[in-house]
Amino acid sequence: MESFLSRYRNPLILLALVLAQLLGLAVQVRRSNAGQDGKQTRLIRLWVVTAFSPFERALLSVGHGVSHTWNDYVDLRHVRRQNQQLQSELDRIRLEQSSLAVDARQGLRLQKLFGFQRQYISKTVAGHVIGTSGTDLSRVLVIDKGSKDGIKTDMPVITPDGVVGKVRDVFPHTAQVLEINDETSGLGIVLTQTRLRGILRGNAAGQTEIIDVLPDERIQPGEQVVTSGGDSVYPSGLPVGTVERVVNDPEHDPYVAVVVRPAVNLSRLDEVLVITETQNTMPTAMQQDIATSEQRAADVLAQRLPSVPPPATVGPDGKPIDANTPPSPVRPPPSLHPDQFTPDATPPASALTPGAAYPNRVFPAQAAPVSTGHSNTAAPSTVTPAKSAPATAGPKPATAQPRTNTISNPTSATTATRHPKTAQYPAAPTQPTTGEERQN
Amino acid sequence: MALLPQRSRREMEEHSFHPLVLILVPLLAIFLQVYLPLRFPSFNILNLPVLIVIYFSVSRRSPIGGTLLGMVIGILQDAMTHLPLGINGIVDCILGYLAASIGLRIDVDNPGTRLIMNFTFILLASVLHLLILRRLVGIHEQWYGWHDLIRALVNGLVGVVLFALLDRLRQRE
Repeated sequence: MESFLSRYRNPLILLALVLAQLLGLAVQVRRSNAGQDGKQTRLIRLWVVTAFSPFERALLSVGHGVSHTWNDYVDLRHVRRQNQQLQSELDRIRLEQSSLAVDARQGLRLQKLFGFQRQYISKTVAGHVIGTSGTDLSRVLVIDKGSKDGIKTDMPVITPDGVVGKVRDVFPHTAQVLEINDETSGLGIVLTQTRLRGILRGNAAGQTEIIDVLPDERIQPGEQVVTSGGDSVYPSGLPVGTVERVVNDPEHDPYVAVVVRPAVNLSRLDEVLVITETQNTMPTAMQQDIATSEQRAADVLAQRLPSVPPPATVGPDGKPIDANTPPSPVRPPPSLHPDQFTPDATPPASALTPGAAYPNRVFPAQAAPVSTGHSNTAAPSTVTPAKSAPATAGPKPATAQPRTNTISNPTSATTATRHPKTAQYPAAPTQPTTGEERQN
Repeated sequence: MALLPQRSRREMEEHSFHPLVLILVPLLAIFLQVYLPLRFPSFNILNLPVLIVIYFSVSRRSPIGGTLLGMVIGILQDAMTHLPLGINGIVDCILGYLAASIGLRIDVDNPGTRLIMNFTFILLASVLHLLILRRLVGIHEQWYGWHDLIRALVNGLVGVVLFALLDRLRQRE
């Protein structure tokens, strides 16, 4: 027996160590299936991560220091032009946002109406990525924020571009983030156009794909994929990626897999945001942003569109206009050469007698003032009969005939219009042919 | 690959290293493995810790030492992932034992031998990973033939250079 042990000492030790690890592995797999990790496992991870993270932090801070020095103080070429481009882009985005805000408000009203619950991101914690797992078998990141910063397990991790993953394990000063392209991850998604829902997970090649999808020709490359919110981890509506292609899934026939290109470049992440708090109502800051963008959008539009001048406070005569006085109707200016088509040159229909000859008319004087005042009591047009306007070439006072043409019963112009039958029109019209009258 | 009788191999000098080297080099390899992919994503194709296990096991020619070293480095690697501890531990354990056993029989100072040895061991590590993940952990890992062959070749080439560098850390008696 002793010789056996001494002869096969090396393989026996190997066997013992492998068996011990196999047993440990089996226990961990069983516990993780039950939804809990062992304390010993966590302790070992804590030790290792705590031992390595200071070096990773130090190296990262040195790298950031060098890159910031270069980018912020040395490499500043084209910054002004870039700033202008960004400003114009910001204006454009604000215009878009203001137009979308109307739809958003309508959506909010409908959600409230139907009792939908929407989760809004209200608080995030920014973290730097300081490490990876170092292997393709486990696509996790290590960030420099932990439980002391309010990080908890299963908190969503995002960037402004889209979803990164979720917090898997939390240590005091660091946390492990499981990326969405890991094989053990799962994420509820919805396609924005076809509204198909599914589960997105990673494959062995590090791609993200929607699994167990029935073949549907409506799914086309380029369609946006967002979170559905059905997994109770990620708020709904966060961008996940775009559909790249649809591939057959031979192991799950007749289902297909939809390969999705992540919205975030998962292999090059510097900073991430951990969503630590959500709320059902739109955050105040977001409301203020929308209000600001609407205001800014109005300003941008005002600059681009033809402007409307402010109302005049002084009339053409130089006198101030009373704001309480209603404006008078706009009248055309008097014509230089009045004829039968000139406004107010034709008697009203009520003043005419059917079958009677067309009255002799006197065209309004050219110098007749047009009432452009603020009063509506301007005298109506009247027709001057032949008797009052003899066809003589004699001179006529300039003030004799203003625009008001008199009728034969000149009690008042108003009377004439109210009692048209009393108006008398001579049968023979006499045209005022004198140039003097025309001038008047 | 020059095969030597076991007696002559034992007569050869067993390389020894300073204890700090035995501690710091594996730690540095693990650190680089988890940090460099942040800046160079394609660095993930390398498996520096496994190369270190192979090197020290071959150089020290102690199967027990290689097994223990592989187990420790493998568990440290596992601790940086989210997978159960022991996956890399088992793989590196076996590789350390095999590397030390081979080191007793063949001349492993030759670059060509090192290239073939590294290529074979990295390929074997991929197979062992696949088996453990599929049969023990329940993760349906796929076998990417060409990718794993290229990975083994790249690691083999890098291993030749790395081993030459590590040779300078040997203690001369």
